[in-house]
Amino acid sequence: MSPLLAGLTWLLVFQSAGEALVRLTGMPVPGPVVGMMLLFVALQVRKPLPAAISAAADGLAQHLSLLFVPAGVGVMLHLERVASEWVPIAAALIISTVLALAATAVTFQRLARRAEAAAATSRP
Amino acid sequence: MTAEPFFALWVYLAATPLAGLTLTLVMYVLAWWCYERTGKHPLANPVLITAVLIIMVLWLTRTSYQTYFAGAQFVHFLLGPAVVGLAVPLVREWPHVRRLAWPIAASLAVGSTVALVSAVGIGWLLGATPVTLASLAPKSVTAPVAMGIAENLGGLPALAAVFAVSTGILGAALGKYVLDALRISDWRARGFALGLAAHGIGTARSFQVNADAGAFAGLAFALHAMLAAILFPLAYWVLV
Repeated sequence: MSPLLAGLTWLLVFQSAGEALVRLTGMPVPGPVVGMMLLFVALQVRKPLPAAISAAADGLAQHLSLLFVPAGVGVMLHLERVASEWVPIAAALIISTVLALAATAVTFQRLARRAEAAAATSRP
Repeated sequence: MTAEPFFALWVYLAATPLAGLTLTLVMYVLAWWCYERTGKHPLANPVLITAVLIIMVLWLTRTSYQTYFAGAQFVHFLLGPAVVGLAVPLVREWPHVRRLAWPIAASLAVGSTVALVSAVGIGWLLGATPVTLASLAPKSVTAPVAMGIAENLGGLPALAAVFAVSTGILGAALGKYVLDALRISDWRARGFALGLAAHGIGTARSFQVNADAGAFAGLAFALHAMLAAILFPLAYWVLV
């Protein structure tokens, strides 16, 4: 069988398992996110990484942008509702996105440098 | 050929799922071409360009979103397996991720708090209605989670999805400028910030730029979705 087809089948199996778990437990998390965690655990046990799964996952990740297009077009349905409050909405979205990017990146880079410097000195 | 059979053919084609699916892929190929021609310029974001082109076509042909989505759903559906597949880059990066457990946890907490508080705070200062505020709160989280959270808070799920998608596009488009200005040279930090602030669309952008950035963006995206689903309703309830 083509590795891409086998890989896609595995991704769908794990997505289904994730959806089932969400339904059974009532977790407020989407099924695919839980499926991702299940696949992660499975891949920690089964090493090395199966070529079929990485082929399918990398193929989808390469064009992840395409998969967001239908949701992006959905914005057109709500333009009127947004129009009446466009100033606070635009300001909140733009400023908050910039602040969140900045705060996350600065925290990560500083702490990662410190963690790696500490690891380097403890293991010379 | 007279206009009549042509019109009949158009009516037939526009109503089949084939039209929405083909339109999505053709416009994406076009947008991708622009993106590559500009050297993957962040402002030439493929999600943004494709969506704008499609909205224009739908508007000009007076086609409803429902008709379009009948075809586009096949593309939309692949988001599920694509998110599951984000486990793969995470497995590849795992040795690094383990060493960086503390920076990851801290920047997740800081970024998530800043995203929530600043969105609601700015909206409130500028006089947004409570329904809009509740829909704005989860804007940095992936759309399906954001919709659930907004509903819990008394917002509108559809509006929350619009805000989440807009935030994703904004983050993917502006990320480079913000991160360059702050001199963030670590690809892992750049990816993690994009995945946290701009969820899946930021993750898509990260994969297009650098493999390490993509893996850390996928990690931030997934962690933020899980954290937000549990903690956001609690935090909002305390704040408001």
